[in-house]
Amino acid sequence: MTDYNLSHLEELESESIFILREVAAQFEKPTLLFSGGKDSIVCYHLARKAFFPANVPFPLMHVDTGHNFDELYEFRDKLINETGARLIIASVQESIDQGKVTEEKGLNASRNKLQTTTLLDAIESNKFDCALGGARRDEEKARAKERFFSHRDDFGQWDPKNQRPELWNIFNGKKNYGEHFRVFPISNWTEMDIWQYIKKENISIPNLYLTHKRKCFVRDGVIMAKTDFIDTKPSEEIKEMQVRFRTIGDATCTGAVSSTASNIDEIINEVAATRITERGGRSDDKRSEAAMEDRKKEGYF
Amino acid sequence: MDLLRFTTAGSVDDGKSTLIGRLLYDSKSIFEDQLEAIEKASEQKGEKQVNLALLTDGLRAEREQGITIDVAYRYFATPKRKFIIADTPGHIQYTRNMVTGASTANLAIILVDARHGIVEQTKRHSFIASLLGIHHIIYCINKMDLVDYNEKVFQTLKTDLKAFSSKLKTKDISYIPISALKGDNVVNRNTNMPWYEGSTLLHSLENIHIASDRNHIDCRFPVQYVIRPQNDAYHDYRGYAGRIEGGVFKKNDEIMVLPSGFTSTIKSIDTFNGEVKEAFAPMSVTLNLEDDIDVSRGDMIVRKNNSPKQEQNIDVMLCWLSETPLKHKGKYALKHTSKDVRCMVQNILYKVDINTLHRNEEDKNITTNDIARISLRTTQPLFIDSYGNNRATGSVILIDESTNNTVGAGMII
Ligand SMILES: Nc1nc2c(ncn2[C@@H]2O[C@H](COP(=O)(O)OP(=O)(O)O)[C@@H](O)[C@H]2O)c(=O)[nH]1
Repeated sequence: MTDYNLSHLEELESESIFILREVAAQFEKPTLLFSGGKDSIVCYHLARKAFFPANVPFPLMHVDTGHNFDELYEFRDKLINETGARLIIASVQESIDQGKVTEEKGLNASRNKLQTTTLLDAIESNKFDCALGGARRDEEKARAKERFFSHRDDFGQWDPKNQRPELWNIFNGKKNYGEHFRVFPISNWTEMDIWQYIKKENISIPNLYLTHKRKCFVRDGVIMAKTDFIDTKPSEEIKEMQVRFRTIGDATCTGAVSSTASNIDEIINEVAATRITERGGRSDDKRSEAAMEDRKKEGYF
Repeated sequence: MDLLRFTTAGSVDDGKSTLIGRLLYDSKSIFEDQLEAIEKASEQKGEKQVNLALLTDGLRAEREQGITIDVAYRYFATPKRKFIIADTPGHIQYTRNMVTGASTANLAIILVDARHGIVEQTKRHSFIASLLGIHHIIYCINKMDLVDYNEKVFQTLKTDLKAFSSKLKTKDISYIPISALKGDNVVNRNTNMPWYEGSTLLHSLENIHIASDRNHIDCRFPVQYVIRPQNDAYHDYRGYAGRIEGGVFKKNDEIMVLPSGFTSTIKSIDTFNGEVKEAFAPMSVTLNLEDDIDVSRGDMIVRKNNSPKQEQNIDVMLCWLSETPLKHKGKYALKHTSKDVRCMVQNILYKVDINTLHRNEEDKNITTNDIARISLRTTQPLFIDSYGNNRATGSVILIDESTNNTVGAGMII
């Protein structure tokens, strides 16, 4: 008898496709949060697979801090053009201009936290009842307990102590008017799974993930890219370094790593050998031991 | 490389967190920054050794109280397998979390303290694992270092456990003497227990055969979503998207659609990467049928000569998850595969004492963490198998319609 068995990537893919289809079936107006990072690129790829040969039945939404790398915008626009997706841009700059949020000041100023307001406003104004996100449970310990279907009250808040039990593969997306869900189709994937899958499916990713020369400086042991959005202290020496990014977020709070990995295989080897979590390079998580949990409760991704 | 999902259970202080920490640590799945963070935390608590248990502590409330109160998922991989751990708390008031973690697991690790032997919790965890249809149980006899790695202690416990677990539905059961703290027989074999000739825990996890645990005989395809591209290239295309929950579907198979009873043949099994000749559980695919028949979400596609039961009166073993007690004659929303119906609780037959497995027919007050056998009547027929035959078509959840909360988990008898 044939051994009917899937590889771990096939099983994860199948699970994610199942979740994406549940979202399309259970919600009236979902959206897929798209940052241009590898996790959201994989989510979008899975969505295209889930509904093939039809188009993805929901738009993508980019919550844009305006402080992203140019390469990221180019990549995003190319992908949208090539695949015919609908893209909504929710702009943090607009939230600032409208006085809904105030820009942080100082050396470590970042728009990362401001995204929450922009995101929640965009969910409300577009009347989205579900926002799909590319968060993974292996990223951070507050995420380890996140459900696939995560209920948010009408303030967009997450109550970690009062989560709905999630059994088997039955997902309960019932909600009251004004409430919404966050759904995480790649919850069970690890960073390694993502890279192996990108290789297997030959998915294109922004060049930021591959090694390149860039003007950088070191702050608190983290390599930061020098951009127009970030000020440096006189003591922080700016020099050209050979780096790549493990995660891509806002340029003000995403650290780079020294690396010569120039293709996916080399990245996979690097990830296999590396001894620091990918969020270890994100200053937004270092603010306190429970930084992520606090931001999530408020409605962060 | 395939995927194994397992759950860990044990009473408080049996060493569950230490064991998971040890598995992650010895399989090199822990990163330096994580290790640094727990070193700092251990130091703050005034502990001499790095407390590996801290690795698996999740939310702030738990950190403050020093207990696990929810299911947390952990990941690690070896060259042979990827593992997903559903880390669930052991205390009786968290039975529902254990049920949740067990619902998707292939295997359960149950910890037993070598000094204490079988305790109530051991029995309860074993019963839940068996009730939730877990095919493999590994009893880890932990803290062997505290009983001088004495073989007799292990053998006596093994005999006791064997006698007790012969009553369970789970048939593949193994026993491993370990010290989670020192690392004996977890990932590495040490010289402390030369008398033990079995495999280490990790070796067992890597090699247990799970492919045949799924039902590859009875074909079940709950329709999840109808794909209609309405573009020029696929003008008249109607595909039925879903995940195969049982059996093997092949191109040209004769199928029947429930509840309509219409029959057709499979024209193609479509995926983004092209057609496939056959598909089996748990693959997500799209079925394209030869005939233009009406099929929608909640329907089920099966083989013509092998249908599930179509029932409106359903008996389930129910695990109650909510603080609000189950209402006799109460009405709930019910989800079964991709089908949404409503149901009424017709009868509460008995409650199970999960420590003794005793059936109590007098006590019909079903509250959080209780397990009971009940009869339901649904507003429409469901296409069901027994849970023992198929986890996916044999399970339901109940939803309180006033709060939208998931309040009950039922396994069809
Ligand atoms: N001597 C010894 N102590 C252990 C062993 N495993 C765990 N412990 C200790 O038992 C206590 C409880 O362990 P912990 O992992 O927190 O238990 P949990 O409540 O089941 O998660 C801690 O002090 C551990 O250091 C072991 O194999 N040998």
